[in-house]
Formats: sequence, C-alpha cells, structure tokens
Amino acid sequence: MSLGSSMRPCGDFRTKYASDMTIFATPVTRYLAVAFIIALLFVPLVGSPYVLNLMIQIGYYGIAALGLNLVVGFTGQISLGHSAFFGFGAFASAWLNNSLGIPVFFAIPLAGCLTMLAGLLVGIPAGRIKGLYLAIATLASQFILEDFFARANWFTGGSSGAMAEYFTLFGYAFDTDQSYFYVVLFYVVLMFTFTSNLIRSRDGRALIAVRDHYLSAEIMGINLTWYRVMSFGISALYAGIGGALFGHYLGFVSAEGFTIILSIQFLAMIIIGGLGSIYGTILGTIFMVLLPELMEWSTGLFSGMMPDLVQSLAYIKEMAIGLAIILFLIFEPEGLAHRWKRIKAYWKLYPFSY
Amino acid sequence: MGENTALLQVENISLSFGGVKALQGVSFDVKSGELFSIIGPNGAGKTSMLNCISGRYHPQQGEIRFREQPITKLKPNQRCNLGIGRTFQNLALFNHMSVLDNIMVGRHHLLKNNFLTGGLYWFTGARREELEHRQQVEEIIDFLEIAHIRKAQAGTLSYGLRKRVELARAVALKPDLILLDEPMAGMNHEEKEDMARYIIDLNEEWGMTVVMIEHDMGVVMDLSHRVMVLDFGQRIAAGLPDEIMDNPLVKKAYLGEEDEQPSEESAGVGEVA
Repeated sequence: MSLGSSMRPCGDFRTKYASDMTIFATPVTRYLAVAFIIALLFVPLVGSPYVLNLMIQIGYYGIAALGLNLVVGFTGQISLGHSAFFGFGAFASAWLNNSLGIPVFFAIPLAGCLTMLAGLLVGIPAGRIKGLYLAIATLASQFILEDFFARANWFTGGSSGAMAEYFTLFGYAFDTDQSYFYVVLFYVVLMFTFTSNLIRSRDGRALIAVRDHYLSAEIMGINLTWYRVMSFGISALYAGIGGALFGHYLGFVSAEGFTIILSIQFLAMIIIGGLGSIYGTILGTIFMVLLPELMEWSTGLFSGMMPDLVQSLAYIKEMAIGLAIILFLIFEPEGLAHRWKRIKAYWKLYPFSY
Repeated sequence: MGENTALLQVENISLSFGGVKALQGVSFDVKSGELFSIIGPNGAGKTSMLNCISGRYHPQQGEIRFREQPITKLKPNQRCNLGIGRTFQNLALFNHMSVLDNIMVGRHHLLKNNFLTGGLYWFTGARREELEHRQQVEEIIDFLEIAHIRKAQAGTLSYGLRKRVELARAVALKPDLILLDEPMAGMNHEEKEDMARYIIDLNEEWGMTVVMIEHDMGVVMDLSHRVMVLDFGQRIAAGLPDEIMDNPLVKKAYLGEEDEQPSEESAGVGEVA
C-alpha cells in the first residue's frame, strides 16, 4: 500500500474536490504549520544572535536550495552551477541598489528576475542535452560566471567586491539580525508557498512529467524544450533571491564566496533533504547549516582530551559533510523527507507495520 | 463533420532506420467515428505507423493529414492540441506521480495557467481551473473504474491497472482520435473483456475515433469496423474484419512463412491466433 493513500486519519471524509487539493494533507497539519510560522515570529525576541544568524542562513540557503530542487528534484536535470546564480543574485541586487539607486526593497525581486535571465541563458543547452553532458555544461557556466564576477568591475566591483546596503522599508533599516530575520522569513514563506502551488498546478505537473517519462510527456502536449529551459530559469530566480538576501545581510559581496564548493553544498542539501520534496528542502538545508556547527561543538567537547583536534577543525567539517552525503545516499537515498514520512507512518500504524 | 469524411488520411508513408525499412509506402484513411485496427506479425511496423501519426517518428516520405490538415511536420506536443491522443505499448506512466496527477497531466494542453499564475494559485484562477478539470478527470476515473486507486502512486500499481490509467490519461486529452498501442497485451481474460468494453464505450458514447493495434484476433475481429494488415512494413490487406479473415495473404503472413527475422520493434507477448 502506498503511504499516500493509507495515511489519512479515519473520519476524514472529503465531500468537495477542493478539500482534496490542499497543500497540507489535513486541517490539523495546516494549523500546525501556521502556528509554527507564528511561533517563528517570536524568535527574534528571545533568540540569541547566534541562533538568529543560523536561522537567517537556513532561510536564504533554503530558498536557493528550493530552486535547485526544482531543476534537479522535480525536472530531473542536473545543475552544478547553482552557487554562481546565488552569487549573481547577490551582485545584481547590490548593483541595482548602488548604481541605479533602486531601493533594496525592489532590488531583491529585480535581482531575482535578472538572475532568471542568466539562468535561461545557461539553460538553453538543457533543451538539447541531458545527464552527464548537461552536468559539464552547467559546470562550465559556473566557471564562466565566477570569472565574470572577478572581472566585471562595473557590476561586481571586481576583486574588491561590492558593498550592499541594508534592507530599508519606509525609512526603517533592517540592519540587525532581529529585524532582518523577518525579511528572510517573509521570503521563505513566500517562496515555499509559491512552489507548493506551482507543483500542484499545470506547469509544476509538467516538470515532474518531463522527469518521469519525457517521451510520453511530449505526447501529452508538453513542450520539452520550453520546460527544460524554464526550469533552469525558475531555479535561477530562487537562487537570485536567496543570493540577494545573503548580500544585504552581510552588507558586502565578494566574488570568492560563490565557488563550486557551494554548488556542491546546495546539491547536498537537496539530496539529504529529499529530491523532489518541498519540505525536504528545508530539512536538508537545516541539516547542512547545522552540521558544521555540530562538528565545531563536538570537537570543542573533545578538545580537552585532544588539543590538536581544534586545529584540524576545518578538515573535520569538510569530511563530515562528505560523510553525511555518502551515508545518506546509502541508507536514505530519498532523503530526510522520506524518513520523516516513515516515522509518521510508524507512529500512526503502531503496533502494525502497515 | 459528416459520418463518412476521413478524419485521418495517411498517404504513402515510408520510414526507414538506416537499412531497415520499417514502413514502405503505407496508405490508409480512418473515417470519423470509426474503430480501426492495425494488425500484423511482430516487427511489421504497426507501432512505427502509430509513432508516425503521434509524431515521435518523422517519416522520410509521404504525408499524414488530420482533418485535411497536414500534420507530418508538427511536433508531438502540437498534435494533441489538434485532438490526437495515444497510449503506449510498453507502459509510459509518470511513475512517481499519483494516478490523479497522471491523468491531470493529460489535461495539460487544455489548462491555461503558467508558472507565475500557477504559483499564485488562489489569486489567478488557477485553483478554479484545477477544480473544473478535476471534475472532468473524475468522470474519466469513474468511467474506467479506477476511483479506488486515484491517490496511489502510479509506479506501484499492477500491470492491468497501469494500462487502464494510461488509457485514462489519453482520454483526458479529450482527443477526437485516440491511438491505442496494444491496449490488452499481457492481460487476463477478464481484464480484456473490461478493456474491450471501455474501448467500445469510448468509440460509441464518447464519440472518439479509435485506431488500435492488437494481437488478440478475437478482440480485433469483434470490435473493429475495419482492419488493416501490415507485414514487413507493407500494407498487405485492408477491409472489413470478415474479409481480412479470409484473405490468403493474411493467412500466409501469420501462418505460412518463416518470418522469424529479428525485428527492431520488440513487440510483447503477442497471441497470434
């Protein structure tokens, strides 16, 4: 029995098709999600700057990872150049603000749109090639954009980087972690809701159809080239918005930050979280942001016994990320989202196994 | 459209893959409202013919016209706008989607929302559109008796059910012409009877013109209005079912010669009666 059909609580009878097409499976899960977001609104009042910093990171990385999940998890294409889009968004937003004087409030979505154009350009090969060849093409785009960041002085400030102003709204500057948290939270809720809607409507289904069986998708009237290229464009839009939020948070954007390593980390987020799962994306991002912190914390614990450990912290972090990906691929290839589903099923069905 | 006008006209189609001549100058036409069958031994070019009509293959020669409009050059995804739908011989469902979503994909060309309006769902009419089409998809689900599995993941279903979901998806396209590639392959007797009933209903009640490839001669002869026989890429006969049964060429193609050559088209378990 598939999990989807058996997991409805008993007594949950649906008399309208509308009640069968909701984002959340039951009203209770919807209320819980809303309650969770409302609870998040109070985090800046009580959370330490350290916690807030981590949550803001989870926010902007999560938005970018969601974009990557659209292209990799939902459309079934590969992209190794996602961090370049992330960087492009950060530079574009700073540039729009610094050079053209567009307020940051508008610069963030506009930067997303500019990045989308860059993504469409990079996505053009995706209309024709697949698999490993596409991986190499996106890898090339990563290096081209990295080089562009280092050389395009007018756009990025070249090797000295670009300053990014704080987010302001009606004269109020969101220049603290406490206030910026709300900006990021707004975008996270917006982008994740948008994606949930996208996936349950026409074009989202088309993306999944292209992934699952492109030949029959074409017979069903789906224009393969359009959807393959568009999925790159949309994913770049997300990365651009995530990157813009990142830039205005740090206040400074430097070309060194957007390397292939970050691209791999984005891939790790969605693989660990669950390819083709929206809430899995956020789970994977939380995992990837917290993993280095956890490593730091645990090496701190052992540093009394082994003082040398602190010096090799950087290596241990990198290795832990690699190890986490490998372990997930072996033991839970469908990611945290699937694991969560299994846990829910276990509680619901206990003491039976199905 | 009158009862006797040709909905689909296939003229002198030739298709070859390198040295293999899959189709050689095949011509036929299908009238509106007809239930037309294509039969022939394995590797005869039946599926290639269907692929030419649905647009997966582009024939080197000849022309295909649908409602007197040439479609030979059109891409597959443009053809369903005109009203051509099909099922596949080897299952081609979207395995990780639910049955419902699979069928909803069939509505793709009838839906109007795009990335932006789909994402804004409540504000752009995407929700209303989804609901309207859900209603119509549910009618198809009722008709094909797959209501109990509508939320199941398509890849987890049994073979017979998957075939039925595939038919549902093709019906959801709202085609005028539906191409069925071995709709009954690998089914047991009862499932075949069900499927035969669905095909007749589609033809008579839903008003679809059907072109069907099938190996079960009993089914073909009972259901079809007209039958065409292909052998080695050539049309060897066409006509009413009874005429086909008595045609010496057809008997020879099926029983007489040793046509055990390896074929590019690996047809499934065909029951050649």
